[in-house]
Amino acid sequence: MPSKQRKPTLAVWKFASCDGCQLSLLDCEDELLQVAGAVQIANFLEASSAVQPGPYDLSLVEGSITTPHDAERIQAIRKSSRFLVTIGACATAGGIQALRNFADVEEFTRIVYAKPEYIKTLKHSTPISEHVKVDFELRGCPINKGQLLEVISAFLHKRRPNIPQHSVCLECKARGTVCVMVAQGTPCLGPVTQAGCGAICPAYQRGCYGCFGPQENPNTVALSAWWTLLGLDEAAQQRAFRTYNAGAKAFSKEAERHG
Amino acid sequence: MQKGPFVLERSGLLQLLQALKAKGYLTLGPTVREGAIVYDQLSRLEDLPIGYTDHQEGGTYRLRRRGDEALFGYNVGPHSWKRFLHPPILRLFRARKINGGFEFEHEAEALPNYAFIGVRACELLAIRVQDQVFLGGAYQDPHYKARRERVFIVAVNCTQAGNTCFCASVQSGPKAQAGFDLALTEVLEGDRHYFVGEVGSERGAEVLGEIPHRAALPSEVAQAEAKVAQATRQMGRSLATEGLKEMLYQNLEHPRWEQVAARCLSCGNCTQVCPTCFCTSVEDHTDLSGVAERTRRWDSCFTADFSYLHGGSVRVSTKARYRQWLTHKLATWQDQFGMLGCVGCGRCITWCPVGIDLTEEVAAMRGAHV
Ligand code: SF4
Ligand code: SF4
Ligand code: SF4
Repeated sequence: MPSKQRKPTLAVWKFASCDGCQLSLLDCEDELLQVAGAVQIANFLEASSAVQPGPYDLSLVEGSITTPHDAERIQAIRKSSRFLVTIGACATAGGIQALRNFADVEEFTRIVYAKPEYIKTLKHSTPISEHVKVDFELRGCPINKGQLLEVISAFLHKRRPNIPQHSVCLECKARGTVCVMVAQGTPCLGPVTQAGCGAICPAYQRGCYGCFGPQENPNTVALSAWWTLLGLDEAAQQRAFRTYNAGAKAFSKEAERHG
Repeated sequence: MQKGPFVLERSGLLQLLQALKAKGYLTLGPTVREGAIVYDQLSRLEDLPIGYTDHQEGGTYRLRRRGDEALFGYNVGPHSWKRFLHPPILRLFRARKINGGFEFEHEAEALPNYAFIGVRACELLAIRVQDQVFLGGAYQDPHYKARRERVFIVAVNCTQAGNTCFCASVQSGPKAQAGFDLALTEVLEGDRHYFVGEVGSERGAEVLGEIPHRAALPSEVAQAEAKVAQATRQMGRSLATEGLKEMLYQNLEHPRWEQVAARCLSCGNCTQVCPTCFCTSVEDHTDLSGVAERTRRWDSCFTADFSYLHGGSVRVSTKARYRQWLTHKLATWQDQFGMLGCVGCGRCITWCPVGIDLTEEVAAMRGAHV
């Protein structure tokens, strides 16, 4: 970036989420200085309470929409953002809190809060893209910091981010990890899940939990038929598809089949 | 130079490893890890899968104890030598923006000299197939070439075959025919444990000259041959190759493609474990300080990006992707490279997470009952 030009402004926003994805940005350490050198951080409450007014060149949005107030807030953020990128499973699929979509949220509020009448919450937890136009969705629970830097860098260099949408299996094979499903009969979501994490769980002898949501062409029905042969019952199959990306269409549809 | 077959005692194998190391080779071979026999660095005989074998079926692999002390008593696992000759991820260059132009940094690769220990006959053919792909045409791949030229190959003949093996029907094994420096057949008979060997190159003869060995007795050679013949009898699968290409070309709209697509996960595992699949994707990255980097990584015809042309992917459906894979391996490969793209190792069958079996698909399309 030529230094004379005005630096693009970056804003980071939070909705219903655990903050883990924003933390990935802080976690960039060495690269964070590069980020700070390349963009002007105009709003990032996790890092600084100094907020500069919009418009912003790039907004990173974490979290899902779960309240009427947030549904309005995202509209205003969209209006003041040139590019809007959602980060993490909450923002791209509704997050773990999308489990409420399959239950009675009023009952939850009654059980959890002493005065439920003060709680204004929506029936469903929804991804940002159901409310406003999103320019790019970065998956993951949490996101991968290398991928986040790739997205920011692609934005700054005006190119398409290089974020593959194929299965986790290609990452296992590239690192030489032995397939846990084939060699140990461990049910794994890897074949239907998008790569991005670097295939961490199988490298530690666990099946993939699907943190990056469905890959571009997921055949969940065929995978689940194999799981049945491996001895996984219906309830366990439903649970496997109902975690961080429970709200992603391919996963929620598959989970329903095991209800 | 050792002309006829020779005998190497079990202890001679350690001396072979040591001789190769002394010559500066990085010795790679089979070892047990994560519930399978994979290829990694070897320094002692204890690194080998002593007493292990494997049970393989479509979508299933299990390590088993053999009940003896065989060092090479298994069939091929999830890794192939391709990961060393054609690495999964390779940085091609870095470039820095300077005064409106680019300054390129080509790193001279510090490559080890690999010695592959325990290369099976089907794998020797797979290496020959990749030689044809990377070195056979007008444009040679310098990265493959640099690695390939220096490899020392110790082949080990199979004395048993797995359930997903079909090297016999594609004439790639189970006995190593060519392309090795040394080839061994392991014999365990009573309380004797030895290797009957064959020299395949000058380099092989030179290394052999440095370790204790002797000419093999006819009875020892016969023992070794009987073991290999046993593997031929055990082949778990077969693939009829006659007229295969024409048959596939005539059946591009066979209903079987839809049926297999319903089961296929389009995960790409089959292409990654296949020792002949060579496809890569070239990716450019930039970091925030303006350093660009070009890398090459294994890709697969099962991904949407693989067939991305201007405006979108050409092969959107799983059916189109599976058909590309199978017809490339068995038909278009012949037009492209003058040989089959399949060496009958069975990896794509075992390591397909849902056990899809190309021999079964071909048989079904031929109209045979499966
Ligand atoms: S197609 Fe399958 S059996 Fe044939 S060489 Fe490749 S992995 Fe082995
Ligand atoms: S089968 Fe697919 S991945 Fe393998 S070489 Fe052919 S096009 Fe490439
Ligand atoms: S054939 Fe098997 S390994 Fe290959 S893409 Fe389909 S499901 Fe994956």
